[in-house]
This record gives sequence, structure tokens and C-alpha cells, in this order.
Amino acid sequence: MANVATNEFKGGLKVMLDGDPCSMMDVEHIKPGKGQAFTRVKFRNLMTGRVGEKTFKSGDNVEVADVMEIDMEFLYSDGEFWHFMKTDGSFEQIGADEKAMGDTTKWLKEQEVYTVTLYNGAPINVSAPNFIELEVSETDPGLKGDTAQGGSKPATLSTGAVVRVPLFINEGEKLKIDTRTGEYVSRA
Amino acid sequence: MTWQPGTSLAQLQERARLLSLTRDFFAQRQVLEVNTPLLNSGGSTDPFLDSFTTCLEGLAEPQRLYLQTSPEFFMKRLLAAGSGPIYQLGPCFRNGEHSWRHNPEFWMLEWYRPGWSLEELQEETCALVNQLLGTAEYQQLSYKQAFQEVVGLHPFAASLQELRKASHACSGIRAEDLDRDACLDLLISHQIEPALKQQGRVFLTDFPASQAALAAIQKDDEGFPVAQRFELYVQGIELANAYQELTSAEEQAERFVQDNQQRARLGRPQVTPDANLLLALQAGLPDTSGIALGFDRLVMLASGAESLDQVQAFSISRC
Repeated sequence: MANVATNEFKGGLKVMLDGDPCSMMDVEHIKPGKGQAFTRVKFRNLMTGRVGEKTFKSGDNVEVADVMEIDMEFLYSDGEFWHFMKTDGSFEQIGADEKAMGDTTKWLKEQEVYTVTLYNGAPINVSAPNFIELEVSETDPGLKGDTAQGGSKPATLSTGAVVRVPLFINEGEKLKIDTRTGEYVSRA
Repeated sequence: MTWQPGTSLAQLQERARLLSLTRDFFAQRQVLEVNTPLLNSGGSTDPFLDSFTTCLEGLAEPQRLYLQTSPEFFMKRLLAAGSGPIYQLGPCFRNGEHSWRHNPEFWMLEWYRPGWSLEELQEETCALVNQLLGTAEYQQLSYKQAFQEVVGLHPFAASLQELRKASHACSGIRAEDLDRDACLDLLISHQIEPALKQQGRVFLTDFPASQAALAAIQKDDEGFPVAQRFELYVQGIELANAYQELTSAEEQAERFVQDNQQRARLGRPQVTPDANLLLALQAGLPDTSGIALGFDRLVMLASGAESLDQVQAFSISRC
């Protein structure tokens, strides 16, 4: 892949740092008045998810990471891999392993579109849409006026995820969930 | 893109108030306000300052001109011509500098006190900053002390290898091709400045001789050569930089040459030195201390703003 110099650094740029693909989150120009300039980068390691900081001398180069984020529709899981299909009409399929899936298995639904991050063509991360609609598979019947737990109760969704929902929610209802916080938003 | 200014009306008013206070301060002390050109045929040779250049047309040969990185050269020519104490408020330009505390075009307050020592200038700086930011305590810390306390290294005696190791440890930088000064700059910006953030107002003194720029050099208590230079940090932000000014034309000419040699090593463009400054030094620059203070940063500190964009009507991202 090509190299980029510090003056081209910007948020969102994907580069190779210490052998791993990383995404730049924040780029700061640092310069003592009469001194040398540096570029400090805050980044997320796309393999581990960890956030770190690294400084470069002005003019230094780093290798661009072969990282792509594409929209893919979830098809099925065979127990070992989760299979997704490109939405560009090519019907091309890709299998993501458990590590790439991470917590996203909690929000998996057939025919829903997910963002799959490919590194050198292989999936390293799958992220759910910010909001998703899921059905309640199990929850206790709500008792009117029961506010002992702040007016909410646990509900198990069709994916197995457990979220807190208002007391009036019943089994079989479809709910809108914010996947970033894992919180109930509304009835769908 | 937005047509609107980055400042609020209150901040514009605050800036105007600070400018007016500054002018009053110097008027009361009989320091003369001067205005010198922004364009000069000679530029700053400082290896780590990049000038904007432009071209004067209408001559037999177009002439390259530099937009000043500070008003220092012209002000020293005025001093050599017998101006007495002078100050200037106005724009300076430094190419490539852009962050929450850098803008390629910014306002500098620069003043010179012929016959004054660096200590006397430091007292006057306290008086001015007290007037503009409110009265507070000042600490005095030598460059060496700061390194020993914060980094745990002697900046002049430590080996290059130790400096590189400490630089890599605090920043992850690839340190094998950093020279001494690069390591010191990295450690200042990554370890000492953050530590100074908690310290209020601090005068950092006795910089390494290799970072003297236009300052005279003396020996410190251990016999290491140090620049007669101080910097004022306020809440970890580098606000002002002062020199006991170099008056020797010969040494100035030598530093111009060394700067351009270093530029060549770094693959940076050569800069035409200011021949008129050398002539002025030959004619005789009085012994003087001088200081440059980043006025936009001062407005930022005074108004509690978080970036220059909030105190400059239109920072570069709005131009």
C-alpha cells in the first residue's frame, strides 16, 4: 500500500501502526515556538479495539492500511462463521469469525445490513446499525403501578440479548433498540 | 464552510479591551509604539520556522519577499538607529502551523528594553500579564530543573541514547533518528508542558545553547553553556519567549550560516538572511532584552476559550 506523510494525517485515516491496522481518531500538530514540529495521533487499533497515542516527527511516513468498510446483509450462521452478503448486487459472500463478530452477535437479524470492516480482504470487525428492531421472546407480564424497579423490567429479545424495557411491554412485541448503548428506545 | 466568525461579540470586545490595556501599559511606561513592514527581503533562518513568501513584481527582476515570522529584524534596526524602548502589536505569519493553539497568521506583541537585563524584563512581563490576566504568583524554573524533576534526566549531561529512550517511552515515537534537540523538544512538549498545566504561571529559564536562536549565551552553575532566554508558560501554554539579545554582528552572521546548513541537512529550503540586520548590528545594537508574546493565546487565556478559533475573528479554517 501507499505511504502517507504527517501533513496528510486526519481523523478516519486507516494506517499500519506496529503491525496492526489502526484508525486515526484525533490528530494534533505540536510545536514549541522555536522547536521542532511533531504530530500526535490518537488511534484505535482495529484488531484489538484498544485506543492509543503515538507521536511522529513532522514529515514522517506511515503505510496506509488496506482497510475497507462495506455494507453487508446477514444471511446465517453455521456455528463457526457468520455469513454476510454484499449489498452491491454482486451476491459475494464472506464469513466472519467469533472474534470479528464480538458483541454484535447480540444484535444479529437476518436481512439486516451491517458494516463489515475488511483488512486485506478478511473481516476483522462487524458493527450493527445504530438502531435495530427486535422482537421480545420472553418477559414477565407487567404489573400496573409496579414502580419498585424504576418502572422497568428485563426482556429477552429474539437474538438472546437482554434489555430493560418499560412494564407495559409484552412478549411478541417489536422494539426499537439503540445498539450502541443496548437501551430500549420505543415500540417499533 | 461557514461565513460566520469564530468569535462571539463578547470575545471581540474582550480582545479590544486587552489591546487597549496593553497600549495604556506601554504608554504609561514611555515605551513607543512602532509599526514596521510585514514584508522583508530577508527571512527567518530558524530551521523550524517556515515563512510564507511572495514576489514583488514591476522590477527588472522580480524580488522574493518574506512575510515576517516576527517583527524582530525591523525592530532591531530601529533600536540600532536609536529608537529607545519600543513595542509593536501586529500580525506574524508561520507556515504550516495549525492546531487549537496555532494559526498560520496570528498577532504578536513584541517589545524591547535597551539597557535592561533579562531579569528586569521578566518583572515587567509579570506586571503586564498581571494587568491583562489578573494578578497571580509566578514560579521560576530552569530548563535543567524542569527536566530533572519531570523527566528525571539532566538535559545537558544525559547521553543521546538516554534522551531517545525517554522520548520513545513517553510518545511512542521512532527515536533512532532524533538528534539531541529533537529529543529535548519532544520531552518538553509531551512531558514538561503537561506538567506545567497544573503550575499556573511559570518562567522557564536557561535554555540549551543549541536553542539560543537570537539570544546571547552564558555558562550555568555547572558550567554548561545556556541561552540567556526565558519562556513564560501559563497553564502549560507557551505564551512568551524572551532573549538577552545577541548584539554581535559576527556571531549573528555565523548563526545565519549554521541555520541554513541545518536546513540543508533537513532538506528544508534555504532562507536569504537579512543583510540589513547584520549592517545594523555592525553599526551597533545597544545591549537589550526583548520579548515576543502571542497575543491571541493571551486573549484565549483571558477569556477561558479552548482554541484560537474562538478568539480570532476568522482563523484559517474560515478563510
